[in-house]
Amino acid sequence: MTAVSTPVTITGLPEPARRAKRRGAALGLLAWFVGIVFVLPVLWMLLTSFHSEADAATNPPSLTASLTLDGYKEFFGSGGGASPWPSLLNSMGTSLFSTGFVLLLALPAAYALSIRRVRKWTDVMFFFLSTKMLPVVAGLLPVFLFAKDISFLDNVWLLVILYTSMNLPIAVWMMQSFLADVPVSIIEAAQMDGARLPTILWRVVAPIAGPGIAATSLICFIFSWNEMLFAQVLTGVVAQTAPAFLTTFVTSQGLFLAKVCAASIVISLPVLAAGFAAQDKLVQGLSLGAVK
Amino acid sequence: MSNPTTAVPVSGQRPPTAAPASVGRPMATRNRAREWATRAPLLPALIFLIVVTQLPFVATLVISLFDWNSFRPDRRAFAGLDNYKTVLSDASLRESILTTVLLTASVVIVSVVLGLLLALLLDRKFRGRGLVRTMLIAPFLLVPVASALLWKHALYNPEYGLFNGVLNWLGGPQPEWLTDTPLIAVEASLIWQWTPFMMLILLAGLQSRPLDMIEAARLDGAGNWQIFRFLTLPHLRRYLELGTLLGSIYIVQNFDAVFTMTRGGLNTANLPYTIYETFYNAHEYGLASAAGVVVVIGTIIIATFALRVVSSLFREEVSHA
Repeated sequence: MTAVSTPVTITGLPEPARRAKRRGAALGLLAWFVGIVFVLPVLWMLLTSFHSEADAATNPPSLTASLTLDGYKEFFGSGGGASPWPSLLNSMGTSLFSTGFVLLLALPAAYALSIRRVRKWTDVMFFFLSTKMLPVVAGLLPVFLFAKDISFLDNVWLLVILYTSMNLPIAVWMMQSFLADVPVSIIEAAQMDGARLPTILWRVVAPIAGPGIAATSLICFIFSWNEMLFAQVLTGVVAQTAPAFLTTFVTSQGLFLAKVCAASIVISLPVLAAGFAAQDKLVQGLSLGAVK
Repeated sequence: MSNPTTAVPVSGQRPPTAAPASVGRPMATRNRAREWATRAPLLPALIFLIVVTQLPFVATLVISLFDWNSFRPDRRAFAGLDNYKTVLSDASLRESILTTVLLTASVVIVSVVLGLLLALLLDRKFRGRGLVRTMLIAPFLLVPVASALLWKHALYNPEYGLFNGVLNWLGGPQPEWLTDTPLIAVEASLIWQWTPFMMLILLAGLQSRPLDMIEAARLDGAGNWQIFRFLTLPHLRRYLELGTLLGSIYIVQNFDAVFTMTRGGLNTANLPYTIYETFYNAHEYGLASAAGVVVVIGTIIIATFALRVVSSLFREEVSHA
């Protein structure tokens, strides 16, 4: 962005500009190099997932081995083990529902923290973030005991509640900054016209803060989909999520590298797809409230 | 507790519709009603968070004062601070506190620095920038358990992992990564995972820089380094703090990598993993809770420390903040 800001004369570049251009090209190459280094493990996993087990476990690694879908077939047929579908559906359900609940709770809260500022709103913001400083392990045991008492263990709704609480603080922080972008004058005008809070949120605030809200949802979805500690401790067979399934899948059947890679790719796919598709929003969303 | 939440939205919706009628109302009542109206949308989220996160922590505090093993429920007794004494004197627990600090600090520092360098690289225009960014964020989007499995089996495995495969090609040594340098191996995978996150935050920071100021500085003859040092870095300060804070919060709690890659063996057990073991396998509820409280205190110290260090580093540049 900054590199092009100097106006360029048409008749041949002066020496410093030419040097800058060469340096720019070198830095571009460096960026490419680092990008490849970072993506290489993922590509390696992708390649391995299309190998047969015999080709996957060779040293030195073979790049020319023939490709096969056996790893994926094994994973979905699960080679005698449990089917991955229930856990994938559990993950999808818990992630979508908890993201929905987060939006439902965070949007009004962020409204009160940005548009209709409550007094001491910074203190409230800090309280929200401080709940994130409370590591989940520190509250896990009572949750476990309580859920056991009321026979709520191994229930997807328990995860939905916990994931909602896990993502709510971050969502409030992010949305606070996005809603602060909405000009108060528009909201006041809507209020003059007799619009009520839900209408204002839906018709005035949501369209302007929409991209930010989408980014927030995406991040909540990613964190819910990825979560493992709760899933590991609080679910069993019925409510098991994909990450927890992935771990049992390795330990119970020994190691089948191609199959593990295929499973990892499948389980990461929803997040990879959503994240790649919404990169710009992700960048914008991750800046949280720091800008304002 | 549900009383204010149910009562308030009604008053919150009243002002617009009843606006003409309320003109003659006494100021105090109107102010109070307005204050509740502004507070109301906040309450569901606040109450939900307090119930789901703070109450369990209070319960953890209480349990931490008891000698309680679920195998011997009849011998549950008040133990005062004994569990804390055990946590702080038990060599393996102390070790896991140290491991947590080492793991968190190294991963956060390295990934913030790398993330900054990458963000600076990606802030320039070059061919294929979008593609490079896509490649860079892949590690952040991979499910952490999947990424831990990838590192453990497909990369680190001494028999057929990629690293030793490449070393084999080159005729180099064949180290056992996860047994020779277990903590560094875990840290490397986490740095790989977290650098893109830091890069994204810092890139957002770079792209929100006021370009006219940089332009002006350049016209005044400022060099790249001066612009970075006196304009870019101060502007990035909040983004750096944010990355450090969020990184600390999440990495202190890391469970997936330790659980998957080493099962806490070879001095890689951090506190979350140790607590998981203590409560899930050893059923020592009181002890696990005390360790949990120690993590909370540790997290707060680390988060505060991280903020302080970053803040003081940049204090000179920020004249008016």
